[in-house]
Amino acid sequence: MSGFTDHPDQDFGVRIHDALGDAELRESFHGAMTFLRDKRRAQFPDADALETLRDSGAAIRDRALAQLPDLLEQLEDRCRHNGIQVHWAETADDANRIITGLIRAVNGQRIVKGKSMATEEIGLNTALEDAGFTCLESDMGEYIVQQAHETPSHIIMPAIHRNKASIARQFAEQIPDTPYTEDVDELIGTGRRVLRRAFAEADVGISGVNFAIAETGTLCLVENEGNGRMSTTVPDTHIAVMGIEKVIEKLADLPDLMRLLPRSATGQAITTYVNMISGPRREDECDGPRQVHLVLIDNGRSRIYADRQLRATLRCIRCGACMNHCPVYERLGGHAYGTVYPGPIGQVVMPQLFGLDHAGKLTQACSLNGACGEVCPVRIPLPDLIRRLRHEGVSADPASPVRGHGRQRRVSEALIWRAWQWIHTRPAVYRLVTRAATRARRLLPPLPRAWTRHRAPLEPAERSFQEWVRHHKKDHRP
Amino acid sequence: MNAPAIHRVYLFGTCLIDVFHPRAGMAAVRLLEREGIEVVFPEEQTCCGQPPYNSGYDDEARAVARQVVRRFNEPIPVIVPSGSCAGMLRHHYPSLLADGPLAEAAQDLAARTYELHEFLNRVLQVTWQDHGDPVKIVMHTSCSARREMGVSEDGLALLKQLKGVDVCEPENAEACCGFGGTFAVKMSDISAAMATDKCSAIRATEADQLLSSDCGCLLNIDGMLRKQGANLPAEHLAEFLWKRTGGDTP
Repeated sequence: MSGFTDHPDQDFGVRIHDALGDAELRESFHGAMTFLRDKRRAQFPDADALETLRDSGAAIRDRALAQLPDLLEQLEDRCRHNGIQVHWAETADDANRIITGLIRAVNGQRIVKGKSMATEEIGLNTALEDAGFTCLESDMGEYIVQQAHETPSHIIMPAIHRNKASIARQFAEQIPDTPYTEDVDELIGTGRRVLRRAFAEADVGISGVNFAIAETGTLCLVENEGNGRMSTTVPDTHIAVMGIEKVIEKLADLPDLMRLLPRSATGQAITTYVNMISGPRREDECDGPRQVHLVLIDNGRSRIYADRQLRATLRCIRCGACMNHCPVYERLGGHAYGTVYPGPIGQVVMPQLFGLDHAGKLTQACSLNGACGEVCPVRIPLPDLIRRLRHEGVSADPASPVRGHGRQRRVSEALIWRAWQWIHTRPAVYRLVTRAATRARRLLPPLPRAWTRHRAPLEPAERSFQEWVRHHKKDHRP
Repeated sequence: MNAPAIHRVYLFGTCLIDVFHPRAGMAAVRLLEREGIEVVFPEEQTCCGQPPYNSGYDDEARAVARQVVRRFNEPIPVIVPSGSCAGMLRHHYPSLLADGPLAEAAQDLAARTYELHEFLNRVLQVTWQDHGDPVKIVMHTSCSARREMGVSEDGLALLKQLKGVDVCEPENAEACCGFGGTFAVKMSDISAAMATDKCSAIRATEADQLLSSDCGCLLNIDGMLRKQGANLPAEHLAEFLWKRTGGDTP
C-alpha cells in the first residue's frame, strides 16, 4: 500500500478507506502531529514576530523566483568557480541518467544517500538499482523505510507511520546479530553501527539541498543526525541533487529562512547540523570529497513557474508544517496519497507534475479549512491553490496552464452546477424551491447517502427566513 | 467607520439560514434593529456562490457573485451571519470578479462586508445584560470565521458579557469539523472521521448546548450528534444571543 505512483488518483478511494480503517496508523499520526504542532507553537511565542518573519520568508522566496533564470545562471557560475560541477536535468529520467553516469565515471561501488525528497521525486533509488548499484539510505527514518521496502510517509519524518515495536521486529529480523529490543536508544545504536560502517566504506555520497545561494555558490543542507555531513564529506564524490526553485539570491537571505525552516518543520530553534558546502577538498586540505557535483532538476517546475498564481507553489521550502497541521493528512497519513509529497503541498505540487488527469482527485481531499495556509512559513496560499486546481480540473479552457485540465469534469456534476446557477440567479425560482423544501420539510433532491450514512437527514425549517422577512417588513411599514 | 455614523446596513441572509436556520436570520435582524439600525434585506438574494466556487465551477459562482455585487451596491455595511459566506464576499469576490466590469464594485463590497458578530462586537461595541438561567455552552468556531475572517474572538467576547453563561471550547478547538461544503459528500469518509472526532470533543465538555456562528458546521455537527442520539441541542450563536439578552423567541 505504500508505493509511490505516477497515477495517484487510481485507487485513491481504496487507500483512503484502508487508512481510515487502520486504528494503529491513525493513533500514530494523531500523536505525532499533535506533538509536532505543539513543538512548533512553542517556538513561535510571539504571534506578531512570526507574521513579520513569514512576510520576510515569502518576500525572500518571491524575490528569488522573480529572477530565477538569472539566479540559476549566477549559481552555476559561482559553483563552477568554487569547483562544483553543475549539471542540468530537464526530466527525472535525465537526472537519473546524469547521476548514474557520474557514479560510473568514478567507478562508484558503495553509495550512501542523505535524506533528499528531490531524489525521491525522481525515483533515484530504483534507477540506481536498475543500473546495478545499491544505494543505502543513511537518514535513520529513510533507512528504516528502505529496509522495509516502503516509501516515506512524511517529507521530514519518513518513518513516522511506524511504531517502535515494528521497527524492533524489523531490525531483529534484518540486521545480523541484533536481539529484539524496543529500547529506542538501542535501536538507534544498532542502526548507527550499520550506517557508520557504510559511511566509512562509501565512495559516492548523494544528498539533497535546502537552499543554494547564488551569490556565493554555496549549498546549504540542514539535518539532525550527521548523516548529511557524513554523506557529503566522507566519500570521494559528492552528488547534490536539487529542484531549480531552491536557489536564493544571497547569503543575507539565509538567516530568516533558517529561522523559519527548523521551527516550522520539527519545532527546533535550529537543526543539529547546518552544512554549508562550498566546493570540493582544496589542495591544502586533508579531507572532504575530491569531486562535488550539483544536479539541477526542472521536472515540470518551469511549467509551474509560467503561471502567476501557481508560481507560489515554488516558494516551498519543504518544511512539512502544512501536513502537520492538515486534518486530512493527520487522519490518512502520508501513504494514502500515493505521492512523494503528501498533504497540502503534495495536493498542489503533484497535480501540476503528473497532470490533473492523473492526480486531480487529490485536490478533493481537502475541506478548505485553511490550517495549512495559516502556518506556511513562506505564505503559500495553499487553500487558494488547491481550489484553483479544482477549477483547472473541470475547466474546458484550452489556455489552461495545467496538464490534464478539464479531465476531472463529469457531465453529471457540471449539470448540477448549471442547474444550480439557473435557480440561484432567478430569485423568484429560488423562492419557489425554498418554499417547496420548507413545506415538504425535506430537500429535493435529498442529499446523497454519503451524508446520511453518518448524519441524521437534513430537515428544512417550517418557513424560510425570506418569508419571515417579508412579513416582518410589512409589520414595520407605517 | 465610527459607530454612531451607521444607521443602515444590508443583511446578507445566506441560503443555509434561509432554509435551515431562519431563526438565526431573524435574530440577526432583531439584534441590529435593537441598536437603532435599519436593516435592508434585498429580496433578490439567494446564495453567495461558495458551493460551485469551492468545487472549481467559477463561471457558475461568478454569475451569482455578480448578482450580489450589483444588488448590494449602496455604500453601507453588508452584515453576514456566517463566517464562510462573509469570507466569500470579502476575500473571494475581488479575485473572482477581477477581470470584469464589476472589479471595482467587488472590491468596494469586500471592504464593507462584516461577519455579524464582528460587527456587533467591534463596530457597534454592544453591551448587554444577561436574562437567562445559568447554562453551560460549548462554542464551535468555524475555520472561515477563525482563519479567513479572523473573528474567532468576537463571538466569544459577546458570550463573555453574559453572566449566566459558562462558555467552553472543545479540545482541539481550532480543528476543522469536517464540513467543507461539497467535501462532506465527495470525501464523505474523511469528513465523517473529522466530524466524529469533533463530536467526541464537544460531548466531552458536558455542555448543555452547542453554539456556532456558521450553519454549515452546525448542520454537520448537529447532524452527527443527532445520529449518535446525543442530547445536545445546537443553535446559531445569533439566536442564542438574542434570546439571552431579552429578546423573545424571534
